[in-house]
Amino acid sequence: MTPTLVQEGRREWHWRTPAERWARFGLTLVVVATVVAAASAISEQTTWVFVLDAGLQMRDLGMRMFPPNASYALTLGRPLLETIHIATLGTALGMAVALPLAYLCARTTTPSRRWVRPLALLALVTSRSVNSIIWALVLVVLLGPGLLAGVLAIALRSVGFVGKLVYEAIEEAPSLPITAMETTGARRMQALAFGLVPNILPTVAAVGIYRWEINIREATILGLVGAGGIGMALQASIDALAWSGVSVILLAILATVLLAEVVSARVRRGLA
Amino acid sequence: MAPAMSTVSDARVGWRPPPRIANAWTRRALWIGAAAYAIVAAVTLDVDAARVAEGLTRAGSFFGGWLRPDFVTRWGDIRTGILESLAMAAVATVAGVLIAVPLGLAAARNLAAAPVYAAARGVLAVSRAFHEIIVAIFFVAMFGFGPFAGVVTLVVGSVGFLGKLLAEAVEEIDPAPLDALATAGATWASRVAFGVLPQVMPRVLGLALYRLDINFRESAVIGLVGAGGIGATLTTAFARYEFESVSAILILIISMVFAAEVISGRLRKALL
Repeated sequence: MTPTLVQEGRREWHWRTPAERWARFGLTLVVVATVVAAASAISEQTTWVFVLDAGLQMRDLGMRMFPPNASYALTLGRPLLETIHIATLGTALGMAVALPLAYLCARTTTPSRRWVRPLALLALVTSRSVNSIIWALVLVVLLGPGLLAGVLAIALRSVGFVGKLVYEAIEEAPSLPITAMETTGARRMQALAFGLVPNILPTVAAVGIYRWEINIREATILGLVGAGGIGMALQASIDALAWSGVSVILLAILATVLLAEVVSARVRRGLA
Repeated sequence: MAPAMSTVSDARVGWRPPPRIANAWTRRALWIGAAAYAIVAAVTLDVDAARVAEGLTRAGSFFGGWLRPDFVTRWGDIRTGILESLAMAAVATVAGVLIAVPLGLAAARNLAAAPVYAAARGVLAVSRAFHEIIVAIFFVAMFGFGPFAGVVTLVVGSVGFLGKLLAEAVEEIDPAPLDALATAGATWASRVAFGVLPQVMPRVLGLALYRLDINFRESAVIGLVGAGGIGATLTTAFARYEFESVSAILILIISMVFAAEVISGRLRKALL
Protein backbone atom coordinates (compact mmCIF):
# COMPACT_ATOMS: atom_id res chain seq x y z
CA MET A 1 0.00 0.00 0.00
CA THR A 2 3.03 2.30 0.20
CA PRO A 3 3.56 4.79 -2.64
CA THR A 4 6.44 3.54 -4.77
CA LEU A 5 8.92 5.09 -7.16
CA VAL A 6 9.59 2.96 -10.24
CA GLN A 7 12.31 3.46 -12.86
CA GLU A 8 10.98 3.11 -16.40
CA GLY A 9 13.39 5.10 -18.49
CA ARG A 10 12.21 8.11 -16.54
CA ARG A 11 11.06 8.31 -12.95
CA GLU A 12 7.38 7.63 -12.74
CA TRP A 13 5.18 7.41 -9.70
CA HIS A 14 3.06 4.33 -9.15
CA TRP A 15 0.85 3.49 -6.22
CA ARG A 16 2.01 -0.11 -6.08
CA THR A 17 5.03 -2.12 -7.21
CA PRO A 18 4.49 -4.60 -10.08
CA ALA A 19 4.83 -7.50 -7.62
CA GLU A 20 2.09 -6.02 -5.46
CA ARG A 21 -0.14 -5.50 -8.47
CA TRP A 22 0.32 -9.12 -9.60
CA ALA A 23 -0.36 -10.39 -6.09
CA ARG A 24 -3.58 -8.38 -5.90
CA PHE A 25 -4.64 -9.53 -9.36
CA GLY A 26 -3.99 -13.16 -8.40
CA LEU A 27 -5.89 -12.83 -5.13
CA THR A 28 -8.87 -11.23 -6.88
CA LEU A 29 -8.86 -14.00 -9.48
CA VAL A 30 -8.86 -16.71 -6.80
CA VAL A 31 -11.69 -15.03 -4.87
CA VAL A 32 -13.84 -14.53 -7.99
CA ALA A 33 -13.25 -18.09 -9.19
CA THR A 34 -14.15 -19.51 -5.78
CA VAL A 35 -17.35 -17.50 -5.56
CA VAL A 36 -18.44 -18.41 -9.09
CA ALA A 37 -17.81 -22.09 -8.40
CA ALA A 38 -19.70 -21.88 -5.11
CA ALA A 39 -22.63 -20.04 -6.68
CA SER A 40 -22.99 -22.57 -9.47
CA ALA A 41 -22.86 -25.43 -6.92
CA ILE A 42 -25.71 -23.83 -4.98
CA SER A 43 -27.63 -23.13 -8.16
CA GLU A 44 -27.48 -26.86 -9.00
CA GLN A 45 -29.05 -27.70 -5.65
CA THR A 46 -31.85 -25.18 -6.08
CA THR A 47 -35.29 -25.86 -7.47
CA TRP A 48 -35.67 -22.64 -9.43
CA VAL A 49 -39.41 -23.12 -9.98
CA PHE A 50 -39.95 -22.67 -6.25
CA VAL A 51 -37.67 -19.63 -6.15
CA LEU A 52 -39.43 -17.93 -9.04
CA ASP A 53 -42.88 -18.07 -7.44
CA ALA A 54 -41.50 -16.53 -4.24
CA GLY A 55 -43.48 -13.32 -4.82
CA LEU A 56 -46.70 -15.31 -4.90
CA GLN A 57 -45.72 -17.21 -1.75
CA MET A 58 -44.84 -14.00 0.02
CA ARG A 59 -48.17 -12.37 -0.83
CA ASP A 60 -49.97 -15.48 0.34
CA LEU A 61 -48.01 -15.55 3.61
CA GLY A 62 -48.53 -11.83 4.14
CA MET A 63 -52.27 -12.19 3.72
CA ARG A 64 -52.39 -15.04 6.23
CA MET A 65 -50.28 -13.12 8.76
CA PHE A 66 -52.37 -9.97 8.56
CA PRO A 67 -54.24 -8.91 10.61
CA PRO A 68 -52.30 -10.16 13.66
CA ASN A 69 -54.45 -12.09 16.13
CA ALA A 70 -54.37 -9.50 18.93
CA SER A 71 -56.13 -11.62 21.57
CA TYR A 72 -53.29 -14.14 21.26
CA ALA A 73 -50.88 -11.55 22.65
CA LEU A 74 -52.37 -11.92 26.15
CA THR A 75 -51.13 -15.51 26.43
CA LEU A 76 -47.55 -14.57 25.57
CA GLY A 77 -46.62 -12.93 28.89
CA ARG A 78 -45.28 -16.04 30.56
CA PRO A 79 -43.28 -17.36 27.56
CA LEU A 80 -41.72 -13.92 27.15
CA LEU A 81 -40.75 -13.79 30.81
CA GLU A 82 -39.29 -17.29 30.51
CA THR A 83 -37.25 -16.15 27.52
CA ILE A 84 -35.75 -13.33 29.58
CA HIS A 85 -35.05 -15.73 32.47
CA ILE A 86 -33.25 -18.13 30.12
CA ALA A 87 -31.05 -15.32 28.81
CA THR A 88 -30.27 -13.83 32.23
CA LEU A 89 -29.55 -17.06 34.10
CA GLY A 90 -27.63 -18.45 31.12
CA THR A 91 -25.45 -15.34 30.91
CA ALA A 92 -24.75 -15.39 34.67
CA LEU A 93 -23.85 -19.08 34.60
CA GLY A 94 -21.74 -18.64 31.47
CA MET A 95 -19.77 -15.79 33.02
CA ALA A 96 -19.16 -17.78 36.20
CA VAL A 97 -17.41 -20.42 34.07
CA ALA A 98 -15.83 -18.02 31.57
CA LEU A 99 -13.92 -15.83 34.01
CA PRO A 100 -11.70 -18.59 35.51
CA LEU A 101 -11.15 -19.95 31.98
CA ALA A 102 -10.10 -16.48 30.79
CA TYR A 103 -7.62 -16.35 33.67
CA LEU A 104 -6.17 -19.69 32.54
CA CYS A 105 -6.05 -18.52 28.89
CA ALA A 106 -4.38 -15.13 29.17
CA ARG A 107 -0.65 -15.32 28.44
CA THR A 108 0.04 -12.96 31.33
CA THR A 109 -1.79 -14.93 34.04
CA THR A 110 -1.91 -18.58 32.91
CA PRO A 111 -0.24 -21.01 35.32
CA SER A 112 1.33 -22.92 32.43
CA ARG A 113 1.68 -21.85 28.80
CA ARG A 114 2.63 -25.33 27.68
CA TRP A 115 -0.14 -27.37 29.28
CA VAL A 116 -3.01 -25.32 30.74
CA ARG A 117 -3.35 -22.58 28.13
CA PRO A 118 -3.97 -24.82 25.05
CA LEU A 119 -6.57 -26.83 26.98
CA ALA A 120 -8.40 -23.73 28.15
CA LEU A 121 -8.25 -22.27 24.62
CA LEU A 122 -9.68 -25.51 23.23
CA ALA A 123 -12.56 -25.28 25.73
CA LEU A 124 -13.29 -21.71 24.62
CA VAL A 125 -13.17 -22.56 20.90
CA THR A 126 -15.39 -25.60 21.39
CA SER A 127 -17.96 -23.52 23.23
CA ARG A 128 -17.84 -20.80 20.61
CA SER A 129 -18.03 -22.91 17.45
CA VAL A 130 -21.20 -24.73 18.43
CA ASN A 131 -24.29 -22.56 18.26
CA SER A 132 -26.58 -22.45 21.28
CA ILE A 133 -29.43 -24.11 19.39
CA ILE A 134 -27.21 -27.13 18.67
CA TRP A 135 -26.22 -27.23 22.36
CA ALA A 136 -29.97 -27.05 23.10
CA LEU A 137 -30.64 -29.96 20.73
CA VAL A 138 -28.12 -32.07 22.64
CA LEU A 139 -29.35 -30.94 26.07
CA VAL A 140 -33.04 -31.55 25.32
CA VAL A 141 -32.15 -35.15 24.55
CA LEU A 142 -30.34 -35.41 27.89
CA LEU A 143 -32.47 -33.32 30.26
CA GLY A 144 -35.86 -33.34 28.62
CA PRO A 145 -37.63 -30.31 27.16
CA GLY A 146 -37.85 -27.22 29.34
CA LEU A 147 -36.11 -24.12 30.56
CA LEU A 148 -33.17 -25.92 32.16
CA ALA A 149 -31.92 -27.14 28.78
CA GLY A 150 -32.28 -23.59 27.45
CA VAL A 151 -30.36 -22.02 30.32
CA LEU A 152 -27.50 -24.51 29.99
CA ALA A 153 -27.41 -24.12 26.20
CA ILE A 154 -27.13 -20.33 26.52
CA ALA A 155 -24.46 -20.73 29.22
CA LEU A 156 -22.40 -23.18 27.15
CA ARG A 157 -22.37 -20.85 24.16
CA SER A 158 -21.64 -17.73 26.26
CA VAL A 159 -18.52 -19.22 27.89
CA GLY A 160 -16.49 -19.02 24.68
CA PHE A 161 -17.60 -15.51 23.76
CA VAL A 162 -17.10 -13.96 27.21
CA GLY A 163 -13.94 -15.96 27.85
CA LYS A 164 -12.26 -14.85 24.62
CA LEU A 165 -13.02 -11.16 25.05
CA VAL A 166 -12.04 -11.16 28.73
CA TYR A 167 -8.76 -13.01 28.22
CA GLU A 168 -7.84 -10.51 25.50
CA ALA A 169 -8.65 -7.71 27.95
CA ILE A 170 -6.42 -9.34 30.58
CA GLU A 171 -3.57 -9.57 28.08
CA GLU A 172 -3.96 -5.92 27.11
CA ALA A 173 -4.17 -4.66 30.71
CA PRO A 174 -1.06 -2.74 31.83
CA SER A 175 1.37 -4.99 33.71
CA LEU A 176 2.99 -2.16 35.65
CA PRO A 177 0.54 -2.08 38.60
CA ILE A 178 0.97 -5.85 39.10
CA THR A 179 4.76 -5.60 38.96
CA ALA A 180 4.70 -2.67 41.37
CA MET A 181 2.62 -4.59 43.89
CA GLU A 182 4.74 -7.72 43.64
CA THR A 183 7.81 -5.54 44.24
CA THR A 184 6.30 -4.34 47.50
CA GLY A 185 5.87 -7.96 48.58
CA ALA A 186 2.25 -8.66 47.64
CA ARG A 187 1.42 -12.27 46.94
CA ARG A 188 0.43 -13.18 43.35
CA MET A 189 -3.29 -13.28 44.11
CA GLN A 190 -3.18 -9.97 46.00
CA ALA A 191 -1.34 -8.33 43.12
CA LEU A 192 -3.95 -9.61 40.65
CA ALA A 193 -6.89 -8.63 42.85
CA PHE A 194 -5.74 -5.03 43.22
CA GLY A 195 -3.54 -4.54 40.13
CA LEU A 196 -5.48 -6.37 37.44
CA VAL A 197 -9.13 -6.77 38.45
CA PRO A 198 -9.95 -3.02 38.70
CA ASN A 199 -8.49 -2.58 35.19
CA ILE A 200 -10.59 -5.26 33.53
CA LEU A 201 -13.80 -4.95 35.56
CA PRO A 202 -15.47 -2.39 33.24
CA THR A 203 -14.67 -4.62 30.23
CA VAL A 204 -16.06 -7.68 32.01
CA ALA A 205 -19.29 -5.87 32.82
CA ALA A 206 -19.65 -4.47 29.29
CA VAL A 207 -18.98 -7.86 27.68
CA GLY A 208 -21.46 -9.51 30.03
CA ILE A 209 -24.28 -7.09 29.26
CA TYR A 210 -23.51 -7.27 25.53
CA ARG A 211 -23.69 -11.07 25.64
CA TRP A 212 -26.97 -10.80 27.58
CA GLU A 213 -28.41 -8.76 24.73
CA ILE A 214 -27.30 -11.41 22.20
CA ASN A 215 -28.65 -14.15 24.48
CA ILE A 216 -32.12 -12.56 24.56
CA ARG A 217 -32.14 -12.87 20.78
CA GLU A 218 -30.90 -16.48 20.93
CA ALA A 219 -33.36 -17.42 23.69
CA THR A 220 -36.27 -16.47 21.44
CA ILE A 221 -35.56 -19.41 19.15
CA LEU A 222 -34.39 -22.12 21.56
CA GLY A 223 -38.03 -23.17 21.96
CA LEU A 224 -37.99 -24.46 18.38
CA VAL A 225 -36.10 -27.51 19.65
CA GLY A 226 -38.03 -27.66 22.93
CA ALA A 227 -35.76 -25.67 25.22
CA GLY A 228 -38.39 -23.29 26.59
CA GLY A 229 -39.29 -19.68 26.01
CA ILE A 230 -41.35 -17.98 23.32
CA GLY A 231 -39.85 -20.19 20.62
CA MET A 232 -42.14 -22.99 21.85
CA ALA A 233 -45.17 -20.82 21.11
CA LEU A 234 -43.68 -19.93 17.73
CA GLN A 235 -43.17 -23.58 16.83
CA ALA A 236 -46.72 -24.43 17.95
CA SER A 237 -48.21 -21.63 15.83
CA ILE A 238 -46.15 -22.58 12.76
CA ASP A 239 -47.08 -26.25 13.14
CA ALA A 240 -50.75 -25.27 13.38
CA LEU A 241 -50.30 -22.96 10.35
CA ALA A 242 -51.73 -20.19 12.56
CA TRP A 243 -49.86 -17.42 10.76
CA SER A 244 -51.90 -14.64 12.37
CA GLY A 245 -50.52 -15.91 15.70
CA VAL A 246 -47.00 -16.08 14.23
CA SER A 247 -47.10 -12.38 13.37
CA VAL A 248 -48.10 -11.54 16.97
CA ILE A 249 -45.17 -13.61 18.28
CA LEU A 250 -42.78 -11.93 15.85
CA LEU A 251 -43.95 -8.50 17.03
CA ALA A 252 -43.47 -9.57 20.67
CA ILE A 253 -39.95 -10.83 19.89
CA LEU A 254 -39.13 -7.61 18.05
CA ALA A 255 -40.26 -5.52 21.02
CA THR A 256 -38.28 -7.63 23.52
CA VAL A 257 -35.10 -7.55 21.41
CA LEU A 258 -35.32 -3.78 20.91
CA LEU A 259 -35.90 -3.28 24.65
CA ALA A 260 -32.87 -5.44 25.47
CA GLU A 261 -30.80 -3.48 22.94
CA VAL A 262 -31.79 -0.16 24.53
CA VAL A 263 -31.04 -1.43 28.05
CA SER A 264 -27.70 -2.84 26.97
CA ALA A 265 -26.68 0.35 25.14
CA ARG A 266 -27.62 2.50 28.18
CA VAL A 267 -25.67 0.33 30.62
CA ARG A 268 -22.62 0.11 28.38
CA ARG A 269 -22.60 3.88 27.89
CA GLY A 270 -22.73 4.22 31.68
CA LEU A 271 -19.75 1.89 32.00
CA ALA A 272 -17.58 3.54 29.36
CA MET B 1 5.53 10.14 69.09
CA ALA B 2 1.75 10.42 69.32
CA PRO B 3 1.17 11.09 65.56
CA ALA B 4 3.13 7.97 64.61
CA MET B 5 0.77 5.86 66.68
CA SER B 6 -2.26 7.11 64.75
CA THR B 7 -0.49 6.42 61.44
CA VAL B 8 -0.01 2.81 62.45
CA SER B 9 -3.67 2.41 63.30
CA ASP B 10 -4.62 3.95 59.92
CA ALA B 11 -2.50 1.55 57.91
CA ARG B 12 -4.71 -1.39 58.73
CA VAL B 13 -3.79 -4.62 57.02
CA GLY B 14 -7.26 -5.11 55.54
CA TRP B 15 -7.35 -2.01 53.35
CA ARG B 16 -10.01 -2.08 50.64
CA PRO B 17 -10.37 0.23 47.67
CA PRO B 18 -13.42 2.52 47.81
CA PRO B 19 -16.55 0.86 46.34
CA ARG B 20 -17.76 1.84 42.86
CA ILE B 21 -21.26 2.66 44.08
CA ALA B 22 -20.83 5.15 46.90
CA ASN B 23 -24.20 4.74 48.61
CA ALA B 24 -24.16 1.67 50.87
CA TRP B 25 -27.97 1.26 50.65
CA THR B 26 -27.97 1.29 46.84
CA ARG B 27 -25.25 -1.36 46.97
CA ARG B 28 -27.22 -3.59 49.34
CA ALA B 29 -30.44 -3.07 47.38
CA LEU B 30 -28.67 -4.16 44.18
CA TRP B 31 -27.32 -7.32 45.82
CA ILE B 32 -30.68 -8.18 47.39
CA GLY B 33 -32.50 -7.47 44.12
CA ALA B 34 -30.10 -9.69 42.18
CA ALA B 35 -30.48 -12.51 44.73
CA ALA B 36 -34.29 -12.21 44.70
CA TYR B 37 -34.35 -12.28 40.91
CA ALA B 38 -32.07 -15.33 40.84
CA ILE B 39 -34.45 -17.18 43.20
CA VAL B 40 -37.59 -16.22 41.27
CA ALA B 41 -36.01 -17.15 37.94
CA ALA B 42 -34.60 -20.41 39.30
CA VAL B 43 -38.05 -21.40 40.61
CA THR B 44 -39.63 -20.92 37.18
CA LEU B 45 -37.08 -23.35 35.73
CA ASP B 46 -39.40 -26.12 36.94
CA VAL B 47 -36.86 -28.93 36.76
CA ASP B 48 -38.35 -32.40 36.44
CA ALA B 49 -35.86 -34.39 38.52
CA ALA B 50 -37.16 -37.77 37.38
CA ARG B 51 -36.81 -36.81 33.72
CA VAL B 52 -33.29 -35.46 34.28
CA ALA B 53 -32.26 -38.67 36.06
CA GLU B 54 -33.70 -40.72 33.22
CA GLY B 55 -31.92 -38.56 30.66
CA LEU B 56 -28.62 -38.82 32.47
CA THR B 57 -28.72 -42.61 32.29
CA ARG B 58 -29.07 -42.10 28.56
CA ALA B 59 -26.09 -39.75 28.70
CA GLY B 60 -23.92 -42.87 28.80
CA SER B 61 -24.88 -43.96 25.30
CA PHE B 62 -24.86 -40.36 24.16
CA PHE B 63 -21.36 -39.57 25.30
CA GLY B 64 -20.30 -43.06 24.33
CA GLY B 65 -21.23 -42.11 20.79
CA TRP B 66 -19.52 -38.80 21.34
CA LEU B 67 -16.24 -40.48 22.17
CA ARG B 68 -16.43 -42.75 19.13
CA PRO B 69 -16.93 -40.26 16.31
CA ASP B 70 -17.85 -42.05 13.11
CA PHE B 71 -16.61 -40.21 10.04
CA VAL B 72 -16.96 -43.19 7.72
CA THR B 73 -20.57 -44.41 7.60
CA ARG B 74 -22.08 -41.09 6.49
CA TRP B 75 -18.92 -39.66 4.95
CA GLY B 76 -20.64 -38.96 1.62
CA ASP B 77 -23.42 -36.94 3.28
CA ILE B 78 -20.98 -35.14 5.58
CA ARG B 79 -18.68 -34.20 2.70
CA THR B 80 -21.57 -32.84 0.63
CA GLY B 81 -22.89 -30.92 3.63
CA ILE B 82 -19.54 -29.33 4.48
CA LEU B 83 -18.89 -28.31 0.88
CA GLU B 84 -22.39 -26.87 0.58
CA SER B 85 -21.90 -24.92 3.81
CA LEU B 86 -18.59 -23.53 2.56
CA ALA B 87 -20.20 -22.53 -0.75
CA MET B 88 -23.11 -20.86 1.05
CA ALA B 89 -20.75 -18.97 3.36
CA ALA B 90 -18.57 -17.74 0.46
CA VAL B 91 -21.44 -16.56 -1.74
CA ALA B 92 -23.33 -14.97 1.17
CA THR B 93 -20.26 -13.07 2.38
CA VAL B 94 -19.46 -11.63 -1.05
CA ALA B 95 -23.09 -10.69 -1.73
CA GLY B 96 -23.31 -9.28 1.79
CA VAL B 97 -20.27 -7.04 1.26
CA LEU B 98 -21.61 -5.82 -2.10
CA ILE B 99 -24.91 -4.77 -0.50
CA ALA B 100 -23.46 -3.62 2.83
CA VAL B 101 -20.93 -1.13 1.39
CA PRO B 102 -23.48 1.24 -0.22
CA LEU B 103 -25.88 0.73 2.70
CA GLY B 104 -23.14 1.39 5.23
CA LEU B 105 -22.15 4.60 3.43
CA ALA B 106 -25.80 5.68 3.43
CA ALA B 107 -26.04 4.94 7.16
CA ALA B 108 -23.06 7.17 8.06
CA ARG B 109 -24.10 10.46 9.60
CA ASN B 110 -21.18 12.37 8.11
CA LEU B 111 -21.91 11.34 4.51
CA ALA B 112 -25.63 10.95 4.01
CA ALA B 113 -28.53 13.39 4.11
CA ALA B 114 -30.85 13.02 7.12
CA PRO B 115 -33.72 11.10 5.41
CA VAL B 116 -31.29 8.74 3.65
CA TYR B 117 -29.47 8.17 6.94
CA ALA B 118 -32.71 7.36 8.77
CA ALA B 119 -33.91 4.98 6.05
CA ALA B 120 -30.57 3.13 5.87
CA ARG B 121 -30.34 2.81 9.67
CA GLY B 122 -33.90 1.47 9.67
CA VAL B 123 -33.06 -1.19 7.07
CA LEU B 124 -29.96 -2.21 9.05
CA ALA B 125 -31.90 -2.40 12.34
CA VAL B 126 -34.64 -4.56 10.80
CA SER B 127 -32.15 -6.92 9.14
CA ARG B 128 -30.52 -7.58 12.53
CA ALA B 129 -33.67 -7.76 14.64
CA PHE B 130 -34.62 -11.39 14.05
CA HIS B 131 -32.55 -14.45 14.73
CA GLU B 132 -31.19 -16.23 11.64
CA ILE B 133 -33.44 -19.21 12.33
CA ILE B 134 -36.61 -17.12 12.14
CA VAL B 135 -35.41 -15.43 8.96
CA ALA B 136 -34.59 -18.86 7.53
CA ILE B 137 -38.08 -20.19 8.33
CA PHE B 138 -39.51 -17.42 6.17
CA PHE B 139 -37.11 -17.79 3.29
CA VAL B 140 -37.63 -21.56 3.27
CA ALA B 141 -41.38 -20.90 3.09
CA MET B 142 -40.78 -18.48 0.21
CA PHE B 143 -38.02 -20.16 -1.81
CA GLY B 144 -38.50 -23.79 -0.86
CA PHE B 145 -36.03 -26.14 0.88
CA GLY B 146 -32.36 -26.03 0.00
CA PRO B 147 -29.24 -23.89 0.08
CA PHE B 148 -30.75 -20.95 -1.84
CA ALA B 149 -32.97 -20.01 1.11
CA GLY B 150 -29.91 -20.47 3.33
CA VAL B 151 -27.78 -18.11 1.24
CA VAL B 152 -30.48 -15.42 1.30
CA THR B 153 -30.74 -15.81 5.09
CA LEU B 154 -26.99 -15.45 5.52
CA VAL B 155 -26.94 -12.43 3.20
CA VAL B 156 -29.53 -10.68 5.38
CA GLY B 157 -27.46 -11.36 8.50
CA SER B 158 -24.21 -10.29 6.80
CA VAL B 159 -25.72 -7.02 5.53
CA GLY B 160 -26.95 -6.08 9.00
CA PHE B 161 -23.63 -6.93 10.62
CA LEU B 162 -21.26 -5.44 8.03
CA GLY B 163 -23.45 -2.42 7.28
CA LYS B 164 -23.70 -1.35 10.90
CA LEU B 165 -19.99 -1.77 11.63
CA LEU B 166 -19.02 -0.09 8.34
CA ALA B 167 -21.27 2.88 9.12
CA GLU B 168 -19.61 3.23 12.51
CA ALA B 169 -16.16 3.02 10.91
CA VAL B 170 -17.09 5.70 8.35
CA GLU B 171 -18.36 7.99 11.10
CA GLU B 172 -14.98 7.73 12.83
CA ILE B 173 -12.76 8.53 9.83
CA ASP B 174 -10.37 11.46 9.69
CA PRO B 175 -12.43 14.28 8.07
CA ALA B 176 -9.39 16.18 6.71
CA PRO B 177 -9.10 14.33 3.35
CA LEU B 178 -12.86 14.79 2.82
CA ASP B 179 -12.60 18.53 3.48
CA ALA B 180 -9.63 18.79 1.15
CA LEU B 181 -11.49 16.98 -1.65
CA ALA B 182 -14.60 19.12 -1.10
CA THR B 183 -12.47 22.29 -1.23
CA ALA B 184 -10.91 21.14 -4.49
CA GLY B 185 -14.43 20.75 -5.92
CA ALA B 186 -14.65 16.95 -5.98
CA THR B 187 -18.05 15.37 -6.53
CA TRP B 188 -19.72 13.25 -3.83
CA ALA B 189 -18.70 10.06 -5.64
CA SER B 190 -15.02 10.98 -5.82
CA ARG B 191 -15.06 12.21 -2.22
CA VAL B 192 -16.28 8.74 -1.20
CA ALA B 193 -13.90 6.92 -3.53
CA PHE B 194 -10.74 8.84 -2.53
CA GLY B 195 -11.56 10.27 0.90
CA VAL B 196 -13.60 7.56 2.60
CA LEU B 197 -13.00 4.13 1.08
CA PRO B 198 -9.18 4.11 1.43
CA GLN B 199 -9.64 4.79 5.15
CA VAL B 200 -12.22 2.06 5.79
CA MET B 201 -11.34 -0.66 3.25
CA PRO B 202 -8.83 -2.51 5.51
CA ARG B 203 -11.50 -2.66 8.19
CA VAL B 204 -14.15 -3.86 5.71
CA LEU B 205 -11.84 -6.67 4.57
CA GLY B 206 -11.14 -7.68 8.16
CA LEU B 207 -14.84 -7.68 9.00
CA ALA B 208 -15.69 -9.61 5.82
CA LEU B 209 -13.21 -12.35 6.81
CA TYR B 210 -14.74 -12.45 10.28
CA ARG B 211 -18.24 -12.63 8.79
CA LEU B 212 -17.16 -15.50 6.51
CA ASP B 213 -16.28 -17.39 9.67
CA ILE B 214 -19.65 -16.51 11.27
CA ASN B 215 -21.55 -17.46 8.10
CA PHE B 216 -19.96 -20.89 8.08
CA ARG B 217 -20.95 -21.43 11.70
CA GLU B 218 -24.49 -20.13 11.08
CA SER B 219 -24.88 -22.39 8.06
CA ALA B 220 -24.63 -25.30 10.50
CA VAL B 221 -27.68 -23.93 12.30
CA ILE B 222 -30.11 -22.78 9.64
CA GLY B 223 -30.05 -26.28 8.18
CA LEU B 224 -32.25 -27.21 11.13
CA VAL B 225 -35.22 -25.54 9.43
CA GLY B 226 -34.41 -26.84 5.95
CA ALA B 227 -32.03 -24.22 4.60
CA GLY B 228 -29.35 -26.68 3.44
CA GLY B 229 -25.70 -27.03 4.37
CA ILE B 230 -24.05 -29.14 7.04
CA GLY B 231 -26.93 -28.23 9.39
CA ALA B 232 -29.26 -30.38 7.27
CA THR B 233 -26.82 -33.30 7.59
CA LEU B 234 -26.57 -32.69 11.34
CA THR B 235 -30.35 -32.64 11.79
CA THR B 236 -30.69 -35.87 9.84
CA ALA B 237 -28.04 -37.53 12.00
CA PHE B 238 -29.84 -36.33 15.15
CA ALA B 239 -33.17 -37.60 13.87
CA ARG B 240 -31.64 -41.03 13.23
CA TYR B 241 -30.06 -41.08 16.73
CA GLU B 242 -26.68 -41.58 15.04
CA PHE B 243 -24.71 -39.81 17.76
CA GLU B 244 -21.43 -41.14 16.34
CA SER B 245 -22.07 -39.17 13.15
CA VAL B 246 -23.32 -36.14 15.13
CA SER B 247 -20.06 -36.18 17.04
CA ALA B 248 -18.04 -36.47 13.83
CA ILE B 249 -19.89 -33.50 12.29
CA LEU B 250 -19.45 -31.33 15.39
CA ILE B 251 -15.75 -32.19 15.57
CA LEU B 252 -15.38 -31.21 11.89
CA ILE B 253 -17.21 -27.91 12.45
CA ILE B 254 -15.12 -27.09 15.52
CA SER B 255 -11.82 -27.88 13.86
CA MET B 256 -12.75 -25.94 10.70
CA VAL B 257 -13.79 -22.91 12.75
CA PHE B 258 -10.52 -23.18 14.67
CA ALA B 259 -8.51 -23.40 11.44
CA ALA B 260 -10.48 -20.51 9.93
CA GLU B 261 -9.74 -18.41 12.98
CA VAL B 262 -6.00 -19.03 12.72
CA ILE B 263 -5.97 -18.35 8.96
CA SER B 264 -8.13 -15.21 9.13
CA GLY B 265 -6.01 -13.91 12.02
CA ARG B 266 -2.87 -14.31 9.86
CA LEU B 267 -4.60 -12.77 6.82
CA ARG B 268 -5.86 -9.79 8.80
CA LYS B 269 -2.39 -9.20 10.20
CA ALA B 270 -0.96 -9.36 6.66
CA LEU B 271 -3.61 -6.98 5.25
CA LEU B 272 -3.49 -4.31 7.95
